[in-house]
Parts: sequence; structure tokens; C-alpha cells
Amino acid sequence: MSILSIENIHTYYGNIHALKGISLHIEKGEIVTLIGGNGAGKTTTLRTISGLLKPREGTVKLNGEDLSKYKAHEIVYKGISMVPEGRGVFARLTVTENLEMGAYSRNDKGENSRNLERVFTLFPRLKERRTQVAGTLSGGEQQMLATGRALMASPNILLMDEPSMGLAPVLVELIFDTIQQINKEGTTVLLVEQNASMALGIANRGYVLQTGQIVLSDSAEALKSNPTVQKAYLGME
Amino acid sequence: MSTFDWKKILQIGLIGGIVGVLIALVGMVEEFNERDIIAGTLTMGWTMLILTVLVMAYFVAGTVKAHSWLNVAAGALSGAVFSVVMSLLTWMVDSFDLRQTLVNASPSLVKILTFEQGIPNGLITLIVAGIVVGAVGSAIFILPERIRKAVTLGLGMVAFLGLMQDIIQVSLAGFEGLSDAIAWMFGRGIENGLSVAGAITVFLVVSVSNLLWDTNAPKVNARIEKLPQKSRRSLKWFGYGMLFLVIIYLPAILGLYLTEVVNSTGLFILMGLGLNIVVGFAGLLDLGYVAFYAIGAYTVGVLTNLSGELTSSFGWNFWFALPAAVALAVIAGVMLGIPVLNMRGDYLAIVTLGFGEIIRILALSDFLKPHIGGSQGIVNIPPPKFLEVLVNNPQTLYYFIVAGAVLALFTSQRLRDSRLGRSWKALREDEDVAQAMGINLVATKLMAFATGAAFSGLSGSILAVKLGTIYPHSFALLISINVLALIIVGGMGSIPGVFVGGLLLAGVPELLREFAEYRLLIYGALLVVMMQVRPEGFWPEATHKRELHEADEEARLTAEGQEA
Repeated sequence: MSILSIENIHTYYGNIHALKGISLHIEKGEIVTLIGGNGAGKTTTLRTISGLLKPREGTVKLNGEDLSKYKAHEIVYKGISMVPEGRGVFARLTVTENLEMGAYSRNDKGENSRNLERVFTLFPRLKERRTQVAGTLSGGEQQMLATGRALMASPNILLMDEPSMGLAPVLVELIFDTIQQINKEGTTVLLVEQNASMALGIANRGYVLQTGQIVLSDSAEALKSNPTVQKAYLGME
Repeated sequence: MSTFDWKKILQIGLIGGIVGVLIALVGMVEEFNERDIIAGTLTMGWTMLILTVLVMAYFVAGTVKAHSWLNVAAGALSGAVFSVVMSLLTWMVDSFDLRQTLVNASPSLVKILTFEQGIPNGLITLIVAGIVVGAVGSAIFILPERIRKAVTLGLGMVAFLGLMQDIIQVSLAGFEGLSDAIAWMFGRGIENGLSVAGAITVFLVVSVSNLLWDTNAPKVNARIEKLPQKSRRSLKWFGYGMLFLVIIYLPAILGLYLTEVVNSTGLFILMGLGLNIVVGFAGLLDLGYVAFYAIGAYTVGVLTNLSGELTSSFGWNFWFALPAAVALAVIAGVMLGIPVLNMRGDYLAIVTLGFGEIIRILALSDFLKPHIGGSQGIVNIPPPKFLEVLVNNPQTLYYFIVAGAVLALFTSQRLRDSRLGRSWKALREDEDVAQAMGINLVATKLMAFATGAAFSGLSGSILAVKLGTIYPHSFALLISINVLALIIVGGMGSIPGVFVGGLLLAGVPELLREFAEYRLLIYGALLVVMMQVRPEGFWPEATHKRELHEADEEARLTAEGQEA
């Protein structure tokens, strides 16, 4: 059984039909990427999975259990953590306070300190800056913080929304390396990206989203060599 | 690098001058001149003007980047501009009759501003005085920081004691042994300020002891650090014990009138602690806070009153009515919370504002008149009895209010450091992300409204027995604004800040009742200046300070980075 499966969801913003019947599934231990242009519905899909938006139709299932009866904050307790678009760090709190906030859903002190240690090992930079206010971190450091904060909840599934946004290429590479590392340590990752070549570089499988519908789905290798994808998202002629 | 920015200095001088003209034309100079800070030497009216020049000097010192004679020159220049503007005003008031439109542009104003020397001579004196005060003012700002702090503190203390002299004299009158010292300190009886000798003594004692403390504090602290754990703990308990004794004996020391002032300040602080949870901790801007105060007061009023004028008379004991009042306020808090769950910022402020007004208008309405008395309110609310002691005078009420404040203090401190406190903090920072951290928005928001309402309901109940009568007009919008302002002035989200704000915005105005006319004007000016100079409040919470001084923070970190 898939760890996460989405069946035919339709999500609306008021009267705007944003997701028009999306189905996808993620197996345990995979990195799956959702690629697509602006307004394709990538972020909407993530927000629907995490419960911030409720679909009008269709279901989101975690290990076969329908999530529609849970509120957004309860879904965190189910083991799904999100790194929001634009990072969304608590700008006035320090790095440590941000990370502690990430562990809000976990009450086990031992687990929390192990997680903190893990985050500091993944991102030594955050350890150096742990007393600094998050708002004064650079973009890359904020991305690290947002990722670390999501990991503090010991998630089974990590939802990442555009981690490469606004970052220098060298930092993008660092973040993607870390995503692979996190995945190796046992966390399933759903990665939403505009930077398709980077995303397909680390993912097992990918879905291509266009105006609220999935137009292609295949292994990452196959998508990379697909002429349509190459033309539209990889900038190749 | 030293810069001498003529335009900026002239501009500051001009703004200061306009402020001075305003102070004179609203009548503050004249009215405040009745009262002396230092007997026969310095009146309160002049203190206002000098203070304006000193504030100017502070800004001027900010424009000149060097600590040198240039600073003094700049201060003198701005002082000159200030006094020229004031002289122009004086000359105009003297030459033309402006009293048709400007009531306070009177001959006696001219007399004050010219030092009773007549037009040409007096104006020259005024300008010279302006230059001297400006120069001295900016000279204070080039002193080394430690001395500057001591001098400012000394001057502030002189002004404070001079201002509060009648209250101090009255409350110390009970102590026979002190009468000679008082007579010497305060010179000529009760209407006037400190004697010259008294003022100098106060200034010297305060500045020198501050200076000594500043130089020796690290040593003293180090010595305390070195003490063994056990004696350190006993030192701490000794401190708490002293504080406890002071709190217990305060009403006896202060006398009736001052205890009454402390009581009304205490009620504001109690409300402030509650609103601080809603606004400061959870970031929910609530402008209808007075509603819960009214609900608390009216519940106690309805349940306990003995007037027999209302259709339903319960005649409850106060100690049963009190929990009912708090519970009803909490229910009202939740009921207000539910419809506004999805609102943020300004929208929330407007809706809560409306809620506060609805409660007040309901209290005034004919519809509820048989039950809560309409515009006549509820009279004859009996004082509660606590272990055979009737809580009916300021001195017994004081203990009641202190108990309430201690409870509120303890609760908000514990809540701030709790899991709930953390979720409030996350909510304040970013609602969506808070939710993505697993925080239940609905419960968190409702808890904030409910806890805030509980404290407000408690202070309302105390108000009911304190006054013995309650009227709808005691629950005007201005109360909500006052409580909010005291939180802002003290520092949003800061618990000690609530106390500082309460003393400044509720306590001091209460003491200066005779100037009540100008209360809101000074209030407004204080808020504007605060927002400019110290937006984080007098005693800020760490997080908030960091936000407003992000630039400093970055500079500090870069500096640290370079050292490392």
C-alpha cells in the first residue's frame, strides 16, 4: 500500500477551480517530485495534503486512512510535515526557538533533543547561528531553518514547497543534497519545484502538473528524456 | 567624522519652537506656572518649556556625529531658534489682541515669558536663556555615558519630587520625627516645590549614588556570584521578604488618598495583564476589552445589590458572585472569539471595537433597564466581608486588589512559559505556519480571549464593590484605549511593562488631577514621542525589541563575526 495516495481531488479557491481531479501516490522511502509552471496547482496540492485547504471532492489517504476528517494541525500529528513556500520562518524568534516550535507536536524530550542534534548535524550552519534571530538569516539559512523545523516533528513524510526559490545555485545544490540525505535516513519526500532539472536529478518519480491537472507521470529518468518535458521545463530545444 | 548640519538644526529648533508656542497657547504655561518645582526659582510651566528644549537638544545631538564643542554650538543654535520663535509669540501677544480666538494669549502669558521685565529687556533675557539651556542641554549629551545617566536621573528625580511634593508632604506628615527634615527639604509650605537647598541635595544624592552604583555594581554582583549557593538563596528570599513587607505596609505608609490612587492604578494593571495576554502574547488586537470589565462589574452588581429597584433581586454573597462574574466574562470572551476566528489585524480590531460598544449600549438600553438599571445603573452594592473584615475602604480594598494582581501576574507568567504560551507566540508570528506546526488555531485563540476576559471580569467585579455603584458610562471606549496604551507604552507582551505602563498612564495622571484638562493632550504627545524614540516600550519583551532593532542586531552580529 502507498504511504500517501491522493484520489481524484478537486480543490477550489472560492469559485476558482484550482485542482481538477488530481491523483497521485507516493511509496514509502521515495522522493517524488511535482513539477509545473506558475499557477499549475503545485502549492495547492501540498496545501490540500497538509489540510490547510479542504478538497470539495476526492480523498487524501495516509497508509489507507482517509485524512478528510482531520484538521490541519492534527495532520502534523499523523506524521506529515510541511516546509512552506517562501520558507515562513518565525522572523522574530531565534533559530533555536524556531526549531523548538517545530517540535510543538512532539512531547518526548529525548526525541526532541535527538532531533535537534540531527538538524544541527545536517545543517552545521544553524548550530553556529542558533541564538540569532531568524529574520536576520540569509535566504539559504532560512531555507535550512524551515527544513530543520519541519524535521523536528519527526515526520514520515516531508512536503517541500519550492526549496530552491530565490537561492544561489551553490545553495540550491546544498539543499538538494540534504534532501537526499534526509530521504536516505528514512523520510519520504514530496518535492514541489519549478527547477525541474534539479528536482528530477534527485527524485525517483515525477508528476507534471498543468493548469490543475496531471499531464504526465513517469520515473524521473524517463521524464528527463521526455521531449515535451525537455522543451517545456528543462529549457532544451 | 564631524558634521554640522545647519538645516537640520534649524529645522529641529523650529519644530521645538512650534511645540513651545503650542504649549503656551493651550494654556499649559500659564496654568502650570501656579505650581513650583523648586520654590521661588523654577515653576512647572517653565519646566515644560525647558523640557522641550532638552528634547530638542537630544535630537540635535543625534545630528552632530561628533562629541565636541560642535555639539554645544548646535544645541545653543537650536535653543536660540526656539527662543526667537517664543519671543515672536510674546511680541505678537503683546502687540495685538489675540484673545478673541486664542483664549490663553493673555497679558499674564507675556508677563511669564518676559520674566516680568517688559518687552525689549525680557525678550533678550528669554533668548539668552534659550541659548544657555540649549547649550547646557546638548552638553549633557556629550558627557560620558555614565555621568550623563547620573545627571539625567538626578534632574528627573528633582522634577519628580518637586511635582509630587504636596503628596509626599501629606503622606509623610504622620511621621513626627521627620517634620524638620521635611520643612527644610520643601521650604515654604505646602503649595510650593522643593527648597533650593533641598533640590541641590536631592540632585547630588541621586546622581552620586547612581554613579557609585554604576561603578560598583559589577563588583557587588561578582561578590554575590561568589557567595555559596545557600547564602545566595537566602539573600534572594531576604529580598522577597522585604518586598513583601513593603507591599503589606504600603497602605499604612501612604494614607487614604494615595492608597486610593494605588488601587485605581492596580485595577488598570490587572486589566493590562489580561489584555497583554490577548494583544501581547497572542497578537490579537482587541479594542473592546472594556466589555468584559463591564460584564464582570454588572454581574456582581446584579447578583449582590440590595437596592430593591431592579425586578430581579438575588442578594448573593459577593464571594459567590465573584466566580460567577469571572465565568460569565469568560463565556463572553469565547462568544466574541468564535465569530472573529478568521479575522486578523485591523478587521479584528473593528469587530471587537463594535463588541465593546454593543455591551455599553445594552447596559444603557431601556430594554434591559428593569434588570440592570439602564442609565441609572446599579446602586447599593454591598461591600464584601472577608473573615469578618468589611472590605469597604481603600486600605482593605488594597489587599484585595494586590491579591488579584499577584494572581494575574503569576498566571500570566506561568502561561507565557507554557505550551499554550508557545502556541500564542507562534500564532502571533504567523497563523498559517503555526497551524503547520501542529497548533490548533481555534483552541489557541479562544484560550487567549477567555483568559484575557477572565482578568478583565475580575477587575470589573472589584470595581463594582470599590465604587458600590456602577453606571454604563464607566465603561466607555476610552477605558479599552487606556489599557491598550499602557501595554504599548510598557512594551507589548512584557509583564513588567504592564506595571510600568500602568504607573505612567494610570498612576501619574491620577496624582496630577488638577491638570486633568490636559491629560489627553499629554497622553497623546507621550504616545507619539514614544513611537518615535522607543517604539518597543519602556520595558520591552526580548522578541519585540529584536524586531524593532533588527539593524542593530545585524550590526552586533557582524561585529561579533569580525572579532571571532
